Amino acid sequence: MERILPFLSLLSRRRFLGTAGAATLAMASQPAPAEAAAEPASIHHENVALTVNGRRHALDLDPRVTLLDALREHLGLTGTKKGCDQGQCGACTVMVNGQRINSCLTLAVMHAGDEIMTIEGLEEAGVLHPMQAAFVRHDGMQCGYCTPGQICSAVALLAEHKAGWPSHVTADVASAPVLIDSEIAERMSGNICRCSAYPNIVAAIRDVAEGGRR
Amino acid sequence: MTPFRYDRADSVASACASAREPTAKFIAGGTNLLDLMKLQIETPTLLVDIGRLSLAEIEETAEGGLRIGARVTNSAVAADMRVRRRYPVLSQAILAGASTQLRNKATTGGNLLQRTRCPYFYDTTKPCNKRIPGSGCPALGGLNRMNAVIGVSEDCIAAHGSDMAVAMAALDARVETIAANGATRTIPIDALYRPPGTTPHIETVLAPGELIQSVTLPPPPPGRQLYRKVRDRASFAFALVSVAVVVACEDDRVSAARVVFGGISYKPWRSPEAEAVLIGAAATRASFDAAGRAALAHARGYGHNDFKVPLARRALRAALADATGAV
Repeated sequence: MERILPFLSLLSRRRFLGTAGAATLAMASQPAPAEAAAEPASIHHENVALTVNGRRHALDLDPRVTLLDALREHLGLTGTKKGCDQGQCGACTVMVNGQRINSCLTLAVMHAGDEIMTIEGLEEAGVLHPMQAAFVRHDGMQCGYCTPGQICSAVALLAEHKAGWPSHVTADVASAPVLIDSEIAERMSGNICRCSAYPNIVAAIRDVAEGGRR
Repeated sequence: MTPFRYDRADSVASACASAREPTAKFIAGGTNLLDLMKLQIETPTLLVDIGRLSLAEIEETAEGGLRIGARVTNSAVAADMRVRRRYPVLSQAILAGASTQLRNKATTGGNLLQRTRCPYFYDTTKPCNKRIPGSGCPALGGLNRMNAVIGVSEDCIAAHGSDMAVAMAALDARVETIAANGATRTIPIDALYRPPGTTPHIETVLAPGELIQSVTLPPPPPGRQLYRKVRDRASFAFALVSVAVVVACEDDRVSAARVVFGGISYKPWRSPEAEAVLIGAAATRASFDAAGRAALAHARGYGHNDFKVPLARRALRAALADATGAV
């Protein structure tokens, strides 16, 4: 996921839009060899029942639809953002059965019966989730595009820490680590903030981890 | 993505039978496969989803090891207290790779079978012998900073990207599979991967429709276990070089040693040469350097990745010094 080829997502998006080979691209753009042979006779659809933020939705989906696109384009839940669409930026982070994942790198059809939680599902009766409130209080954002993913990730992080999960910076992986700032930073490394609001993001998470204020 | 049929398997047997067609692919976590499908590097016509099969448990084995189901997520392996206590190198290696979001989805079997991140494999405007056999390897004279330095060929210098597999190789893990005809077999992890030779598009010894069911770890070897990874940023980056060591000492001499490198070859690169130098030697930096020289004796850089050869030697020295407490 971590390759340094940001132009690839641009390239694939352009190809999807039918502008492959446009002279404006700095590099020569030719269709992949497999592309020519793969035009289908018909595209079938799958009936998928998705449970999102406690509500069940019946959808009729092309199996190629990612969970991210199902949420945004089919259910109108646009809080979950599409950044890189290749699992590198974390803007699309949602929780599935309580665990955070990149919704861009999974198909909606794979999640029939799963419990999906998005940023829209965190508030209760109009009251922000403590993590949302802490991000506001600590100004844990600038442009805000990565924020829903950051917040979903942070909520899951606290549950993982509570379950005793170690991280890469845990000196002894058999121990139950204390959630110091370096632990928070490492555990949030799947969420990129282009505005670099990291200090305030860490402060917001630390605040909630320590009991926080509502 | 090119269109495909989607089949959610309800048994191992039906999954293997469905996936026997050559253009079928198993999908479990999908974090690598879907990325490649979006780029149309992978173009399966059938996806066999094994996400509802069993194969998601970690169990004790009669010999005192652990059997990890193919669908157990990387996160679940790294967080398992039995793994953390008895195979810390495996937890360390998994936690050194990717992000939590990816580890929560990526599975044990899928991690082993992930494709290379060679930039030319990913760039469909360029030739690549792995993508299009016979088209050439631009990495040889190109931007090969991330590529392999040992065990590869003039047709492909792609490196395997897994951290997990490096630790598993140091633990002598065995990969258990089932074929479409129901036959099962056990493959030492070191024999899972095929050298690129003139056929770099064939990466493993697995047959179409053959499914990894589990990975078994033998009882923990004696000694301290340690994974050290060197990368371009502190988190969420592939290894430039990594090394897994298991080393035991008696009276300041090395009594047992296992050495496996990551990031330098088409597979986790076990070094019997380094192990032979270490066993019986004094636990000193001079011995560790000698082991590193033996391990990398047949390595060669391709320009931008020349640094990997000395870096691998130094990473080994640092890991062994850390594991043994040598000064």
